[in-house]
Amino acid sequence: MGRFNVNNQYKAIVIGGSAGSFQGITKILSNLPDNFQLPIIMCLHRLKHVRNGFVEALSIKSIMEVTEPYDKQSVKRGKVYLAPANYHLSVELGQYFSLSTEEMVNNSRPSIDITLETCAYAYRQRLIGIILSGANKDGAMGMKRIKDRGGLTIAQDPAECMIDTMPKAAMALTEIDYTLKIEEIIQFLIELHKQYK
Amino acid sequence: MHMQDVEISDLRRLTKVILDEYDYDFTNYAMSSFRRRIQRILELYKFGNVNMLIKRLKEDREFFDEFISEVTVNVTEMFRDPSFWRELRDHIIPNILLNHNTISIWHAGCSSGEEVFSMAILLREMKMLDKAKIIATDIDTSILDRARRGAYPIKNMDLNEKNYIRFQGSGKLSDYYKEENGKAMLDPSLVENVSWRQHDLVKGIVFNKFDLILCRNVMIYFNQNLQNEVLKKLHESLFKYGYLVIGSKESLIWCEIANKFIVVNNEEKIYKKIKD
Repeated sequence: MGRFNVNNQYKAIVIGGSAGSFQGITKILSNLPDNFQLPIIMCLHRLKHVRNGFVEALSIKSIMEVTEPYDKQSVKRGKVYLAPANYHLSVELGQYFSLSTEEMVNNSRPSIDITLETCAYAYRQRLIGIILSGANKDGAMGMKRIKDRGGLTIAQDPAECMIDTMPKAAMALTEIDYTLKIEEIIQFLIELHKQYK
Repeated sequence: MHMQDVEISDLRRLTKVILDEYDYDFTNYAMSSFRRRIQRILELYKFGNVNMLIKRLKEDREFFDEFISEVTVNVTEMFRDPSFWRELRDHIIPNILLNHNTISIWHAGCSSGEEVFSMAILLREMKMLDKAKIIATDIDTSILDRARRGAYPIKNMDLNEKNYIRFQGSGKLSDYYKEENGKAMLDPSLVENVSWRQHDLVKGIVFNKFDLILCRNVMIYFNQNLQNEVLKKLHESLFKYGYLVIGSKESLIWCEIANKFIVVNNEEKIYKKIKD
């Protein structure tokens, strides 16, 4: 038995991050096990009016290709998705993406709360939510929704975060199953991967 | 109160009432955003649940206009995706004008009109505005009133100006508006020949044919079945070799009539109708 109490009930991983999360994200993506099975859906705060560059920067280091989904594209196993600039990213029942240009939420578009909440609705207990470093409270409500619907919640250890507002806000609002350093999140994902063999 | 309060069964009852009473069909709207819009309306009007909203819709016909305004998303900017507007100016419009003296344009789902004013500015800078016939439609009559006025919060102009600079227009955006009471009042002569009309893409008819249709970030609020239906109408509303533009994160690849279009510019999502 490993350190984490995980099994293969999960169908997707959703990650939220903002200021100070880029390094952690690239570290996670560059250390994923080969043939990692679960789709990873990322909502990271980013410059609203710079359409290109970010996904390429993440792809360089990533084991798996990172793409920005098109509206109504299906969520596929073994893919990494990034919320596009200036759109909210939702997952629908039936596990496909929807984009929207609705008002900003928590001063953000994409909003992490929207991506997390819709994933929680679509995947229920079969979802793992990870919240990383960030300077506002976006994502806290989404993490609560994941927990409320029976999913697993992970926060980056505030001690390791460049800016700990975001994980701390989530910890204040809901129960977090694991508080982990990036290195430990990678170990978690490796252990999770073993459950799918 | 939170998202959990609005269930899919609530939305089904709501869309049925709207269809029966008002002949608008929201059944095939994308669930995630439609649900958030309804949640937002419940909070805005302090309805405790969807039943209270349904009751109000049944009893108060004037409320329905407000409902339409709130349920639709009206967040837009001038020259959104500046690289698209450059492509339009440098390639698409010159191409259309190779074979015609005039150009007919439909803004399908024009919202508060920022895109229409952007088009008018682009055409004026090309000295083509007099040759353009522009029709701008939206489902929401009150947003059309706002679009006609062309008065935007001054705080939005910062972003609009930045987009215009990246579009590389020939002047300054401030050449086209003056400031009054905290609003940017766009030059009304830009849109004096624009026809603003109420039109619902879902239930509305095909009413004309165009050289160029812009329907950007509108169909993202529909599910795929409805997108297919609306795309058929847009296809029918285009002259052969006319252009269709959709949002930068939308795609025609999955739609039933994809083979009747070719991709002109994949990055900017510009398509050309090649088959009737």
